[in-house]
Amino acid sequence: MSELIVVIWTVIKILAVELPLLAAVAWLPYAERKIIGYMQIRIGPNRTGPRGWLQPIADAMKLMFKEITIPAQANKFLFLLAPLIGIDAALAAWAVIPFSDTLVLSNTNVGLLYVLAISSMGVYSIIIAGWASNSKYALLGAMRSAAQMVSYEIAMGFALVGVVIGAHSLNLGVIVNAQKGGILDWFCVPMFPLMVIYFISAVAETNRAPFDVTEGESEIVAGFHVEYSGMAFAVFFLAEYANMILVSMLASLLFLGGWLSPFEGIPVIGEPSIFWLLLKVSFFLLLYLWFRATFPRYRYDQIMRLGWKVFIPITIVWLLLIALMVVEGWAWWKV
Amino acid sequence: METFVFYVFSTILMVAAVAVITVRNAVQAALSLVLVFFTSAALWVLLEAEFLAVTLVVVYVGAVMVLFLFVVMMIDTNTAILREGFTKYLPIGLLVAVVMAAEMLMVVGSQSFGGHALPLPHPASYDNTAELGAVLYTTYVYPFEIASVILLVAIVAAISLTLRRRQGIKRQDPAQQVAVRREDRVRLVQVPTVRDIPLP
Repeated sequence: MSELIVVIWTVIKILAVELPLLAAVAWLPYAERKIIGYMQIRIGPNRTGPRGWLQPIADAMKLMFKEITIPAQANKFLFLLAPLIGIDAALAAWAVIPFSDTLVLSNTNVGLLYVLAISSMGVYSIIIAGWASNSKYALLGAMRSAAQMVSYEIAMGFALVGVVIGAHSLNLGVIVNAQKGGILDWFCVPMFPLMVIYFISAVAETNRAPFDVTEGESEIVAGFHVEYSGMAFAVFFLAEYANMILVSMLASLLFLGGWLSPFEGIPVIGEPSIFWLLLKVSFFLLLYLWFRATFPRYRYDQIMRLGWKVFIPITIVWLLLIALMVVEGWAWWKV
Repeated sequence: METFVFYVFSTILMVAAVAVITVRNAVQAALSLVLVFFTSAALWVLLEAEFLAVTLVVVYVGAVMVLFLFVVMMIDTNTAILREGFTKYLPIGLLVAVVMAAEMLMVVGSQSFGGHALPLPHPASYDNTAELGAVLYTTYVYPFEIASVILLVAIVAAISLTLRRRQGIKRQDPAQQVAVRREDRVRLVQVPTVRDIPLP
């Protein structure tokens, strides 16, 4: 009986994390369209509800009632499995994300590695989608994506190793608490290049502009999801936005001190709070949208060159520097 | 509860492992192998070896199998040709299978199954990542370093074996592209906008 209660309680906790997340995922495309609209001196969606606020609901209704077409020669099982793997990976990673000192679903000692492992499962959704569609464009998109994700995972992993050396732990809560003591103790100060590389690699990992050659509509129509329609397409879409939020969350936890306040020591505004965390996450999400409004798409060979020949050497050098600082005791943050 | 989870995962593991060697399609076989790795990682978590479990997923599922699938999807595997020499290779295959089975039996004999008390569960503060790191960089530091050097040699060897310099490739030099100045590309010409047209 007590085990049953534990299971139910865990399910409630999972819902408490995932439902607000899904709401955020629903309204992030609206924010994207609005913000990019204003950046381009347009208004953006403004017809559904006051100032277009109900647009996500209209979109969801539309997608739900559309037919899901399955190509004739497609592998039906894998074709429908692919979007599910994508959304599973995007949601499962949230199990170890802490929202404050005590507010965490699973306080595991390998939190950071777990997020890395689960988010690397996401590439399968794209590969399987590309292959099961039995379409050349989809397969090309999947190939591009697989090569890009594997390449950028290395630079991203190295950037995270820097944080692990700095905090002496893989536990996300411990990593945040290692940055206590004011804005200078945040890891974005000693590890600024790692933060920049982490976020750019993360943009590449989530296949967002300017690294969205996977979709590259001018070359391969819509890339890996060219054959998908209706809800199956919507699930890919949801997974992409959930991954964006996840990556922004990780960047704020690892480099910007998570829920810690930038004004530590001052009463009221110096208190650690989930609002600081959400503010930092929103900042990174804004960067995503800003990139999309600003940069043209990268050429494929330039993406590869940037990942292998620029980012990896920089991260290795900075990693050595951080390790030296920690070993020699020059680190000013709490080690 | 734990037993239930164990049996669920081991059933999936066995089914997927059988699928790896029985399905016709190479891509489906590779995907089944991914499922095998993932479920065995889940079993390792039950053994409180969470670091190893997550590493298994990161390395094998996240990197090795992605590249493997990459290759399998690109090449067109013709099953008819693959089946051709089945009887010819059968004796060698059986021999290898017997030798491998014998080796496995020698390593994991009956002493590995049963007869041992389960190790006590560790307190929540126990961090097996830190423990593993401490052992790896103290007691086993030399084997660890030697293994990494061997891996490095393998990487260099793989690259040098496949690297071929082709003649006559048109390649851009990014440094040159970045260093370009306006004067190199643009010439400003003063064109008079109004000009008297000579009357005929």
